[in-house]
Parts: sequence; C-alpha cells; structure tokens
Amino acid sequence: MSFYSVLFEHPDTEATRAPQQPPFFTDLRLDQIVETMTTGRADYDLTPFLYQPLHDVAAVHYRQDILRDLEHDSTREAIAAFSRQMRQMRQHLAQAEQLHHRYQQERWFVDAVSLYGEAVSTLATDMEHADIASQGLRALHAHLNAYSQSSEFVTLVNETRQVLDALGQVRYAVHIQGSRVTVSQYEDEPDYSAAVEETFARFKQGAVKDHRVKFPNWPEMNHVEAQVLDFVARLYPEVFSMLDDFCARHRDFVQQDIARFDREVQLYLAYLEYIHPLRAAGLAICYPEVSTHSKEIYANDMYDLALAAKLVRENVPVICNEFALHDPERICVVTGPNQGGKTTFARTVGQLHYLASLGLPVPGRSARLYLPDQLFTHFEREEDPGALRGKLEDELLRIHDILEQATSASIIIMNESFASTTLHDALLLGANVLRQISELDALCVYVTFVDELASLNNTTVSMVSTVQPDNPAVRTFKIVRQPANGLAYAAAIAEKYGLTYAALRRRIAP
Amino acid sequence: MKTFLLYGDQDFDLKQAVPANEAELTQDLDLATLVATMAQGDPFLRDVARSVVLHSLTDPAAIVYRQQVLTDSLEHPEVVRQMYDLAVATLQGERKIWGVFGKSPDALLHRSVQVLELLVSSLRRLRQIADEHASTFQSPGFSRFFAMLAHELDDDYFQTIDNHLRELKFPRGVLLSAQLGEGNKGTRYVLHLAHEQTWMDRLPWSRGSGYSFQIADRDEAGFTALAELRGRGINLVANALAQSTDHILSFFTTLRTELAFYIGCLNLHAQLTQKEAPVCVPVPVAFGERAFTAEGLYDVCLSLHLDTTVVGNDVDADDKSLVVVTGANQGGKSTFLRSVGLAQMMMQCGLFVGARSFRATICEGVFTHFKREEDATMTSGKLDEELNRMSEIAEHIRPGAILLCNESFASTNDREGSEIARQVVRAMVESGITVIFVTHLFDFAESWYRQRSPTALFLRAEREPDGRRTFRLSVGEPLPTSFGADAYERIFGTAPDTVPQAAESS
Repeated sequence: MSFYSVLFEHPDTEATRAPQQPPFFTDLRLDQIVETMTTGRADYDLTPFLYQPLHDVAAVHYRQDILRDLEHDSTREAIAAFSRQMRQMRQHLAQAEQLHHRYQQERWFVDAVSLYGEAVSTLATDMEHADIASQGLRALHAHLNAYSQSSEFVTLVNETRQVLDALGQVRYAVHIQGSRVTVSQYEDEPDYSAAVEETFARFKQGAVKDHRVKFPNWPEMNHVEAQVLDFVARLYPEVFSMLDDFCARHRDFVQQDIARFDREVQLYLAYLEYIHPLRAAGLAICYPEVSTHSKEIYANDMYDLALAAKLVRENVPVICNEFALHDPERICVVTGPNQGGKTTFARTVGQLHYLASLGLPVPGRSARLYLPDQLFTHFEREEDPGALRGKLEDELLRIHDILEQATSASIIIMNESFASTTLHDALLLGANVLRQISELDALCVYVTFVDELASLNNTTVSMVSTVQPDNPAVRTFKIVRQPANGLAYAAAIAEKYGLTYAALRRRIAP
Repeated sequence: MKTFLLYGDQDFDLKQAVPANEAELTQDLDLATLVATMAQGDPFLRDVARSVVLHSLTDPAAIVYRQQVLTDSLEHPEVVRQMYDLAVATLQGERKIWGVFGKSPDALLHRSVQVLELLVSSLRRLRQIADEHASTFQSPGFSRFFAMLAHELDDDYFQTIDNHLRELKFPRGVLLSAQLGEGNKGTRYVLHLAHEQTWMDRLPWSRGSGYSFQIADRDEAGFTALAELRGRGINLVANALAQSTDHILSFFTTLRTELAFYIGCLNLHAQLTQKEAPVCVPVPVAFGERAFTAEGLYDVCLSLHLDTTVVGNDVDADDKSLVVVTGANQGGKSTFLRSVGLAQMMMQCGLFVGARSFRATICEGVFTHFKREEDATMTSGKLDEELNRMSEIAEHIRPGAILLCNESFASTNDREGSEIARQVVRAMVESGITVIFVTHLFDFAESWYRQRSPTALFLRAEREPDGRRTFRLSVGEPLPTSFGADAYERIFGTAPDTVPQAAESS
C-alpha cells in the first residue's frame, strides 16, 4: 500500500508553485484565522495549504474523512504527541550543529535519534488501537507498521538504547582543592548535604524558601567542564568509542514520508485547536455537504469564526444566524439598522464557503455549501487620498473587474457597495450590478442600505438585521428572512426619544 | 521544635486574615485602647495583641491553656521578659549580618555559617534559662516548652553542630560527584566529605587517583569556571544550611510572637492594677450550656481612659438568648454593651477580664451593630446604611455568635424601626444567636416583653427619683418614655415641646 499525503488524495492535485494569499482574505478575516492557526507552527509552513482551495468534491471528502478520525481524542492526541517529539528532535539536531565539543554534539544527536525512534514506535502502536475509517490515515497506518518493523528501524532503536544506557551509568567524582582539579571514579560516598539537613531537621517549621542558586544552563561548556568531560571519557573509554561509532553510522535517520506527514497533519491539528474553545463554549461546528452543481445552499446556526474566537476569549455570547436559498434564489440582499450584524453575516457566508473548500468543518450546526470556482469580495474601502480617481469610480472599477472574472460557478460577497453615494445613485447602480449577477447565475450576498434592492427579482431574497422590539437601541445581531422595512426601526427609535408625531404634539403643546 | 505557648498543638499565625467585622469590632468596642495599653508604644507588641485578641478561641481547654501560661507569666514576669528580649536581640543580630550580594553558593554558605554561629549561641542561652527556671513554672505550656529545650538542645547536639560548622569551611577541599546530563554536561551534583589524604594518595600513579589538571595562574575565565563547578557542588548544602538558619530564625520569630502576647498581658495588668481596677480569670463554658454571669463587670477600655473608678454591673443572664436594655440616656447602656463584648473577647483570647467574676459560654464570634453618627459618604440614607451593615453581618454571623445592637434601626420611626428590629431579632435568636439589644424602640421592647419569654432578659438604666443617673442597670420592664427630655432640658435650659406623632417619621 503506497502512502502519499494526508492532504492530497492524488499527487497531481497539489499546486506546484507556492500560492499567494487570495485577495478576499482580509475582507473575510480569513487572515486572522490563518494567523492564529499558524502561530507557533511557523516551521511547518502551512500557509501554502491554506491558500489553496479545493474544487473537487472527492478531494474535500478525503480531508473531511481524515478530520473525522482526528476528532477522536485518542487519535488526535497520539498524533499531537508524535509531533511534539518530532519538533523536539529537530531542536536537538539544531543544537548539536551549534556546539563545538565532539562529545556534546554526539550526545545531542543520540538524544535526537532516541526521540525520533520513540515518536515513530509510539505512533505506530497508538494507531493500532485507534478507530480509523479514513483512507488517508489507513494508508499512513500501514506505512508506519511496515517501517517500524523494518530491520533498518529496529536496529536504529536498539543501538540508540545501548549508547544511552552506557552514558547513563557513568558517574564520576571531582575533587577541587585550590586550583587543582582531580577527576576520578566515583566511590559510593554519603551525601553530605543530607547529613546537614538532618541535623537541623528538628527546627523545621513548614514551608521554606529555596535558596538554591540557579546556574545558567547554557548548552555550551566552558573549558573547565570540557576538560572534566575529556577526563571522564578517559575514565570510560569503551562508552565513548561506542558513542563515536553510533554517530558516524546514522547520519540521515529521518524517513521522508514520516517528515512529510508530520508537516501536513499540522493543518488539521491547527484547525481543531482553533475550534476547540468555540465548541467548549457551546458553539456548533459541522461537516458541510458540498456540491459543485446544486446552488440550493443553506447554513443553520452559523457564525463568524474569527469574531467568535475573540468573543469566546472575552466571554461574550456569540449570535448565530441562518440562511437558505431555494431555486431560483441566488442572491441574499441584507438590509436593516447599522451595527446590526449585516457585515458579519456577509463575511460568515464567505468564510463558510472558503473553509468548506479547504476540506475543513465549518462554524454552524448544519450546512450545505457550494464549491465555487472563484470567490470574490467587494467591501467598502477607506478612500485613498493619493488616488486620482474618486471613490465611486474606484468601486465601480473593482466591481467591473469582478464581473469580468466571475462565472456562474463563482460566489460574490458585496458589502455596503455605493454607500458613499446618493440613495438614487446607489439604487440605480446597485440594481444594475445585481441584475448582472442574477443573469450570470452566480451566488451572492449583497449588503446595502437600499431597501428597494431587496425585492429586485425572483433571484433575490430579503434579509433584515433586527432590533429588540421594546428597545430599538439594542441590536439582536439576528439577521432574519423578511421584507425590508427601515421605517419600523425609525418609528421605534422615535418613540423612545419622544419624537413621534403624537409625542411631539403633546410636548410642544402649551 | 515548636514553642506552643499560645496553642498547645499549633503555631500562632500572625498573618492570618482578621475577621470580616474587624473594623466594626475595633471601633465599637474601642479595641484600639486595649491593644495600645498592651503595646505600650511597641508596634510589634501592638500587632500581636491585636491579632490574638481578634482571633477568638472557641475551645474552653485552649482558653485555659493560655490562662495558665498567663498566670505563670504574671508570677515570673522577669523570666518571661528575659526570654522575649533574647528572641528580639537574636533576630536583630541576624539582620546586622551582611546579606549576600550576587548569587553564589559560596557567599550564601559563608553567611549561613555566620548566622548559625549567632543562633547557636542564643540557643545555648535559652537552654540556660530553661535549666535555671523550669522548676518554678507550673503551666503545661511553659513546662512543655522548657522540657523540649532540655531534650532537643542537649550537649551532644551542640557538638554535632560545631562539627558541621568546621566541615563547612572545607579544610580538605570540595569533593563532589556527578553524572552525564543533557549534552553530556555534568548533572546531579552531590557533595561528599573529602577524605584525609595519605602520602600514598598524593603519588601520581596511585590507584583511583584519576586524572588531574591545574588552572593556570593567569586563567581568570578558568577560575570563574572552577568557582561555578565548586558552586554546583555545594549548592545543595548551602541551601540546606540557609534553610536551617531560616528554620531556627523562624523558631525565634515564633517565640518572640507568642511571648509578645504575654508581655502585652503583663503591660495591661500593670496599668489596671495601678488604677485598682479588679481583674479575674474568667470561666469559659463550652457550647450547650448558655451561661452569662458576671459580678462587677466594667468596660476595661473606659476605665483606662478615666481617672476615677468605673461602675461595674452584676448580671445574671444564664439561659438567656435575648437581653433588651432600655432606659435613661447616658445611663450606662452603651458602656454595659461594650463591657459585655470586651469581656467576651478578652476571655476568648486567654486574657483576664474586667470584673470581679465572670463566667460565660464561648461564642462563635462577637458582632456589633452600633448606631453610626453620620454617613460620611452621603451615598445612602441612614436607614439604608444601617440595613446594609446588618446585611453584611448576616453574611458572616453564625449560630453561637453574640450580636450586640446599640440603638439599631433608630434612624427611622418607632413603628418601622420596631418592626424591622422584631424581624431581625427573632430571626437571629431562633438561629441560635445571643442578642443584646440596647434600644429606645419602645414598641419593639414592649412587644417582646409581653411575650414573657423565659429566655429574654430586660434590663433598665436606673435613675434616681431626682433624675440623677446611677450608671447601673437593673432588671426591669421597658418604660414608654425615654429620658432624652432630661438631656434637652439640661442643655437648652427649657423642656422640649411635645413632638407631634407625624414629625417622628421625618
């Protein structure tokens, strides 16, 4: 059974050139998610994987299946432990390179080999007991079994143990008198500190302060330590020649497939780590159904993954939303009061689709999502004072570019486009853009302050951000499917401040 | 080695948290005066006195244990002061030994040896005092303490310490052993006693002598490295010795702390004796029996402020869970309330009590709810403030406690105040709390009196027919008028007009 990769079912699906960060990353706050996921994992270089969405349903299933296996605590913990040891092994090797004394280099090297042997053997054993259903991890398991039983590996492990045992048994005495140092065999002598401690034990009064001086523990040795070590080597010549011999014979001990697995599996571990606190806070994560043909998409209890991570950290409740499109619906038009969660809603729909196309589970209770060929976002930007063109013109140019590239298989997220222009213009431009998207048959979320756009044609669905009925100043951050009606909010807020018609009449009356 | 002069089985923790109602207790019972008299200007004596007074004992045997140590102290004040002074001098002496600058086990060890030499001489002196006076002390506390000194600090032991102090100067060099740790660097350094070397050991070909090298005279880095290696070897023994000095210092600190309380008692006793104010050793009664009987009970703190003798009260409140005190203003009601609280707290810390005799059940804490003059913060009305404090008390009070109320709920009218008081007092009493309530709330006092409860006692501040106060309380039913009119008349020179009912609630 050949084992290739836990990320790609077929070798040819992996991009040959390192992909760039997609342009919509910042708008959808995917950059924040990636930043958090890759923190502390820089040496694995995970971003190329995160910049490369999948366009094939089978490829998505390959990853979803592996992730489902990794949802088992014991399986995930076994692999995480493996990774920790592999990382420690690399640190040991790097340390060996930096040192100058031969016996120091060699000791770090042996310890590295020891960690590697333990990492591989432990993982092979742990996988034996793990409940594995995915094709990817089954292949890995088979590979591990074959490798860990190979004579190459078994010999490596045995020899490592012999060398370390021999070194562990070395014990020596150092006598310092004035400037003279004598290194000799250790003869069983009593511990004098213990004798002193015992003498004063009768005064013991409970907790004590630790007066031990902390000596800096540099990996390097000074020349006195080096001289002592050389003499120790002379006291134990057979131990140290065994050490020399071992290092000479095992230069490249890490197997390539093992190294590759160690890197790739980090993508999964990083994501599971990211969503762990969210799940602990009661938020749902689900494996979405994905499709490249049906555009009847929906999501229940979905939320912004980047925002939720922040809110959960701060112990603030996360508001979930839902949406569903039924043929021929393609476009969600979101209206309603500002700061009511409209942008978050749009961003969330974008996030869900992108995360699904990476083969990852998505923030929501259940979802059916579309695997787009491309994803576009158009979010309002700060005006660039140095730009020659005006803001409206700039927006139109960007939208034009998007419509040029987009196909019927694309997803377009537009947030507060034309917000800087007049209502009349915003209605006019918005209606035109929406009509083009509608003709293109692409999926779209369109956030706007123009109510009229919500009922443009039968491909549009109106969704509205809502406020608490009895206190319109309080947003619920709920986006619900209902006809756009900005006046309801205006009337409520007027009532609260006593500015309705009737209230103003009474107040102004003499 | 434990001193155990405050408890028979544990150390006294000077740093333990004070009770939640410490501020109220201190203010209402004037504990500051008590503590200041015990301290006589010494801040350490004050801290100890305050802490011991505030941390009431709840076991009669533990109280008796302290009473006995106190009795010994009153009989041999000079010996107790001698030991206290020795502890103080030892602790001061240690502080004069230069601290360690820069971190090295060598410096730490050097200082520890010096400190230990000082401590050993103090221990010898302490042992001497024990030898001289042990036979004249009667209390279990002191007897145990002196016996322990004789047993633990025998001559052999001092000899062992002397030997260590000699070895720790390493006359034959430092011998250590180690193993190979991370990166083959030395680890698990253990110190051993270097042997006496024979002439044969010094021969270069001698068996087991190993390999030697010498640090060149001008190799400064080499000497630094060697010092570090030596430091690793003696690190543990330096730590062990420093910890041992810490322990012995802590023994002297405990001795000083525990004796400080008795020094405070000696000081207080001297002051009261000078005023010819009587004190007695109180009889603590365990939970279960409800006892409270006193003869000549007076407010110790008030007597410390006055030149004249304070009037004491005789009280027989055995089996009572509620004492309601009514009567004339400035008739000694508040003073009586304070004398009860003070006596209870003094008894429960092992002190003598300001009375000719005193016998009372141990309580689970004294709580005070005294009328406050003004709400300084102006954030809440007076009744709000009062109720808030009562709510705070309810947060902490437990069955078996004593609650002393002084004019509680007087910031509203009689009817409202009485109703609140009735509900609060009934709840407290039925929860097993003893309540002593000084009040002008006639409705409250009278309604309780009418119940003829066998566990309620009603006391009244007396006044002579001519209006003069006796400052004595006697058993008597609540009277509908209080005597504020007298005070008014005395001060204004004219009797007050009758107050219409409606104005009361303002």
